[in-house]
Amino acid sequence: MLRFFHQLGSPKHFYRIAGSWIPWLAAVCGLLMLYGLYQGMVVAPTDYQQGDSYRIMFIHVPSAWMSLFIYVVMAAAGAIGLIWHMKLAEVIAISSAPIGASFTFLALVTGSIWGKPMWGTWWVWDARLTSELILLFLYLGVMALYGAIDDKRTAARATAILAIVGVVNIPIIHYSVEWWNTLHQGPTVTKFGAPSIDIRMLIPLLVMAVAFKLFYLLVVLMRARVEVLERERNARWVRELVEAP
Amino acid sequence: MSTASLNRAFALLLWRDLVLALRRRTELLNPLLFFVLVTTLFPLGIGADPALLSAIAPGIIWVAALLAAMLSLDSVFRSDFEDGSLEQFLISAQPLSVLVLAKVVAHWLITGLPLLIVAPLLGLLLHLSGASIGALLLTLLLGTPVLSLIGAIGVALTVGLRRGGVILSLLVLPLYIPVLIFAADAVASSGAGLPITAHLSLLAALLVLALSLSPLATAAALKISLS
Amino acid sequence: MSGVQEFFHMGGYAVYVWSSYAIALVVLVANILVPVFQRRKLLARLARRQRRERRQP
Repeated sequence: MLRFFHQLGSPKHFYRIAGSWIPWLAAVCGLLMLYGLYQGMVVAPTDYQQGDSYRIMFIHVPSAWMSLFIYVVMAAAGAIGLIWHMKLAEVIAISSAPIGASFTFLALVTGSIWGKPMWGTWWVWDARLTSELILLFLYLGVMALYGAIDDKRTAARATAILAIVGVVNIPIIHYSVEWWNTLHQGPTVTKFGAPSIDIRMLIPLLVMAVAFKLFYLLVVLMRARVEVLERERNARWVRELVEAP
Repeated sequence: MSTASLNRAFALLLWRDLVLALRRRTELLNPLLFFVLVTTLFPLGIGADPALLSAIAPGIIWVAALLAAMLSLDSVFRSDFEDGSLEQFLISAQPLSVLVLAKVVAHWLITGLPLLIVAPLLGLLLHLSGASIGALLLTLLLGTPVLSLIGAIGVALTVGLRRGGVILSLLVLPLYIPVLIFAADAVASSGAGLPITAHLSLLAALLVLALSLSPLATAAALKISLS
Repeated sequence: MSGVQEFFHMGGYAVYVWSSYAIALVVLVANILVPVFQRRKLLARLARRQRRERRQP
């Protein structure tokens, strides 16, 4: 077991092991998504308040969960990279940013589309939507900083600091936005709020959440492989790999 | 290394930065001018109805203060980076975070504190009540140091970049949001005759948090940027 | 309405539901494709570089 993790730390073995995992991950993730969609779109009953529009939930809620989850993973991986000088953690951290940004974007867009029939308008300065928007800005800041620094190792370390600062700030931002929202908005006029959820709705939601987690793992491994190749382009194993693909 | 030498290093660096800043007085005035200019643009853009202006004045003044603070950030480490003194700080025997704190304090005294002097004037222009102007000054006193402290992290991350300005705003502005929310709401609440101790305590908490964490993050960021 | 029609109709919310799912599909597929193409491009670039180096040792 220890030897396995040790091997995972070396770029060459990481590239090989990740490569062998990717097809399996893709298969499991795809099947789970199909199953979740079937459960969500066909089996789950129509909501008595929101009609069928609530079915957006099966992508909106997992995306929103992922957006926060990936930011925390990114900051944690960045911290590991900074403290123990683990190159692989740096790679994971920086590969996570675009995926997290796209989930945040997805959560925002689907939330806005869901809001149209529920609130009657595309955008409401609701606490959760506003926090999600700020989270998107934080992701874009991380990506912009990474793109602006030429030396990629320095860039990865600088973005790790930024991600850690962001993770400390996220609870503060979230709390302040909630405070602001209750003061200015009054009680938000939503038709959601039925806290008890039908088990036939809960199952697809959880299945989709797991599928999205696997999707993140899949894409982060794919991105990390490219990043590793790029960084190790002068190593012998990469040269051999390029000769005989 | 004793505490006395640490205090001395802190005081010396603070003094040096203040003297340097006083020798370039025009640069001192620029953020102030910007602060006043941006604020005067709003009545021109939305009309001079006193009720409307006093309703949105807290937000306007605070957003302008935010932007002014952000624009002046670049000067925290810029000249030290260009003439190489920043690298001397890095290899000095004193902990970098303390030196960084001295620089940020100096920067706040030069660019943050003057905002407090013109803020009452802007409050009058926008028809804020006396109580609101008092609240505005208190929030600026507690809030602008947080802006300088958070901003220093962003500057430290972008100091080596040729076009760091736009990226700096992208990094720093989202982190300024809590300060903006609590401070602007405090001014608005005081205008409505509501108590603002909760706002002020929250701002003070943010200040303590920023004071304790930001120098460490800034020092780490500087070490990376200059490596 | 038949079952299939009803399914696509989504109780009158078809535009909202299906546009959400379409955007989600686009975002997910793009996430998969970007690293695939990046890897291909990188391997091609490295191969070219190595050929060049072999020609002029």
